[in-house]
Amino acid sequence: MATDILMPALSPTMEEGKLAKWLKKEGDAVKSGDVLAEIETDKATMEVEAIDEGVLAKILIEEGTEGVAVNTPIAIIAAEGEDVSAAASGGGKAKPNGSGGPPAPTPDMQAEGQAEKPAPVAKSGEDAPRAPAAPAVITNKAEAPVMAEFPADTPMVTQTVREALRDAMAEEMRRDPDVFVMGEEVAEYQGAYKVTQNLLQEFGAKRVVDTPITEHGFAGIGVGAALAGLKPIVEFMTFNFAMQAIDQIINSAAKTLYMSGGQLGCPIVFRGPNGAAARVAAQHSHDYSAWYSNVPGLKVIAPYTASDAKGLLKAAIRDPNPVIFLENEILYGQSFPVPKLEDFVLPIGKAKIHRPGTDVTIVSFAIGMTYALKAAQALAEQGIEAEVIDLRTIRPMDTDTVVESVKKTGRCITVEEGFPQSGVGAEISARLMVDAFDYLDAPVLRITGKDVPMPYAANLEKLALPSVAEVVEAAKSVCYK
Amino acid sequence: MAAAKNAGQSKPDAATPQKAEAAHRPAPNAPQFSRDEDLHAYHEMLLIRRFEEKAGQLYGMGLIGGFCHLYIGQEAVVIGMQMASVEGDQVITGYRDHGHMLACGMDPKGVMAELTGRRGGYSRGKGGSMHMFSREKQFFGGHGIVGAQVSLGTGLAFADHYRENGKVSLTYMGDGAANQGQVYESFNMAALWKLPVVYVIENNRYAMGTSVARASAQTDFSKRGLSFGIPGEQVDGMDVRTVREAATRAIEHARSGQGPYILEMQTYRYRGHSMSDPAKYRSKDEVSKMRDEHDPIEMVRKRLLELHGVPEADLKATDAKAREIVNDSAEFATNDPEPDPSELWTDILLEANA
Repeated sequence: MATDILMPALSPTMEEGKLAKWLKKEGDAVKSGDVLAEIETDKATMEVEAIDEGVLAKILIEEGTEGVAVNTPIAIIAAEGEDVSAAASGGGKAKPNGSGGPPAPTPDMQAEGQAEKPAPVAKSGEDAPRAPAAPAVITNKAEAPVMAEFPADTPMVTQTVREALRDAMAEEMRRDPDVFVMGEEVAEYQGAYKVTQNLLQEFGAKRVVDTPITEHGFAGIGVGAALAGLKPIVEFMTFNFAMQAIDQIINSAAKTLYMSGGQLGCPIVFRGPNGAAARVAAQHSHDYSAWYSNVPGLKVIAPYTASDAKGLLKAAIRDPNPVIFLENEILYGQSFPVPKLEDFVLPIGKAKIHRPGTDVTIVSFAIGMTYALKAAQALAEQGIEAEVIDLRTIRPMDTDTVVESVKKTGRCITVEEGFPQSGVGAEISARLMVDAFDYLDAPVLRITGKDVPMPYAANLEKLALPSVAEVVEAAKSVCYK
Repeated sequence: MAAAKNAGQSKPDAATPQKAEAAHRPAPNAPQFSRDEDLHAYHEMLLIRRFEEKAGQLYGMGLIGGFCHLYIGQEAVVIGMQMASVEGDQVITGYRDHGHMLACGMDPKGVMAELTGRRGGYSRGKGGSMHMFSREKQFFGGHGIVGAQVSLGTGLAFADHYRENGKVSLTYMGDGAANQGQVYESFNMAALWKLPVVYVIENNRYAMGTSVARASAQTDFSKRGLSFGIPGEQVDGMDVRTVREAATRAIEHARSGQGPYILEMQTYRYRGHSMSDPAKYRSKDEVSKMRDEHDPIEMVRKRLLELHGVPEADLKATDAKAREIVNDSAEFATNDPEPDPSELWTDILLEANA
């Protein structure tokens, strides 16, 4: 019985990788545990081991192939003595170089930012046991920003959010010797999610500081160093773990300026992935946007695009106040055009009209934008032009941009992955009731994560998160269509 | 309910006072102070004592609100520490912080006006008793969350280490804070990175109403850094001379790049935990015995009179001077206007100038 070797997922959010090297060749005998191949992603390199004895009957994906989707058959192992030619994968579906399987994306597709998501959507009952639950398919269109934040003729480079964040930190560390990074695995491991890749090599162990697993302690040390005038970037491996440190973030970082009558500022950035990743359940999936946005003395940023991630992280590092910088694990690998400028800094507290429209305003931020943009596309096909606003900063919140849009559309829905009660959408809704009451033609509707702890099961997780269909339905409903 | 609980425990642990008494007995070979050093210590400690007494009065008159934790009885700790530190060394502590501020050279008027919530206070009336700071004097608070200042103080030392500026962070905590988890997270990193920090554990025997014996499995706080390899020692915190001597050792250790050091200062607070604490968890005898036999200020006063031959009139003049400073501060703090209502909206964020 021939066995397909599938492209493995190295992390819950990995969707594709490069088949770097074959260590066995066709016809080689293999036994369980033998290393067959090396797989690379932008985060890590891993070995693929044989899980059974037999003969490497067929290599389906040649080494050096980039963008191989998770679960693509990459080789076939035949049993001893089995007819190799008969050992076709999955009914002859997979062929070398994937002409019948999921196509490897071309560089062109990468440039358009559409390649990152072959989206192995887990459908119950389908034969895809290892497929991670996938959020909605993301298409990152390189459309010109509606509000000019850099000259129109600026050359653009395609970068992942991860690379943009790294570049932002590196540029600011070059600029200011008081800036340093601390956190778990930020240095020698190159970052748990590889966001701090190569920073240790460039800046050394003094400025790229590996901490023990001790969030409360190192958050406090970071705040203390900031009170003394340094500019720490404190990375939380995820913001779920920042709960251990929340006293230092709120009581020490956010309040000391006020309590000292303006004497002691706290120029610190707390950053790391926030919210749901994929299949990591309730304790690793919490979206804290609304929590931190509740606290005076903090600024809260939650970017969607790589360009915003870069420009806003640079601004956050320069900001003399404590800034919560909420990233998203699923967005880390997404590619976007980023302006090629020597010093690209964006203003904190300014929303962006990501897609102009006239019929309904959709307000979102961070990964919520993926639902919003897809829904806007679907709505356009049905004759409804949605204006999609990316808040980018949750606190201070750019209410003006939202109100101006609602004056035009008369309708608003909000999209976020966080919980409904006291969420960001609830805040926008309340502000619109005061600031745009006379312009509203329908109640503001909120699309949020469901009011349940995040479940592990793929189907339940999918249900717990917002969906494009929910956004489309809400938009139509406020348009009375 | 609370009263019944207190009554049941009003008999102090028999072992505790004896042990403490032994610790507070002046060591036969106690380090000696020169006349000038004793005079300095006397004046500094007296200023704190008089200031705290005045703060207690103003609290009773309703001029100070909220929580107010007095330092009376513990004066030798902070004065001895300051006598061993140099300008630029940072100080950070918890909420029993008035003494530390005065010892750092902060203006008594600004401190008292903060207690009364007036615009001339160090935090413009927005911090109160537990939250005062002076960047100028390198005093980093004044923190209301028990134990939080330990990580923050370790962060100050991180900054010193980063800048290689030769400064040391003097990070104070009480015996109660010493049981908080982040203290040990900080110990670990301070030892790991050899940060220049001296942890001063002011063991005044009660974390609010809970005696050390009832709260701590290891009551020898000098051993609390043992598993991180942090040296520690128990110090008679009622004798300013032993405090300064131990502080000199500890600060030198930290400054010379050998990492953190722990000093357990065995001390005693005469007053309750805060102004609203009747202190029924300990006997009157215990308190009066400490006052009568181990008062840190009386010990210096006695030395000045008997050993250094300072005329009593001089000490009275010192006392009068301290009272005058404190009365001036109280007058300022009661006449200074409250903050302008517009202050509600200031100091929340700093203006970014990117």
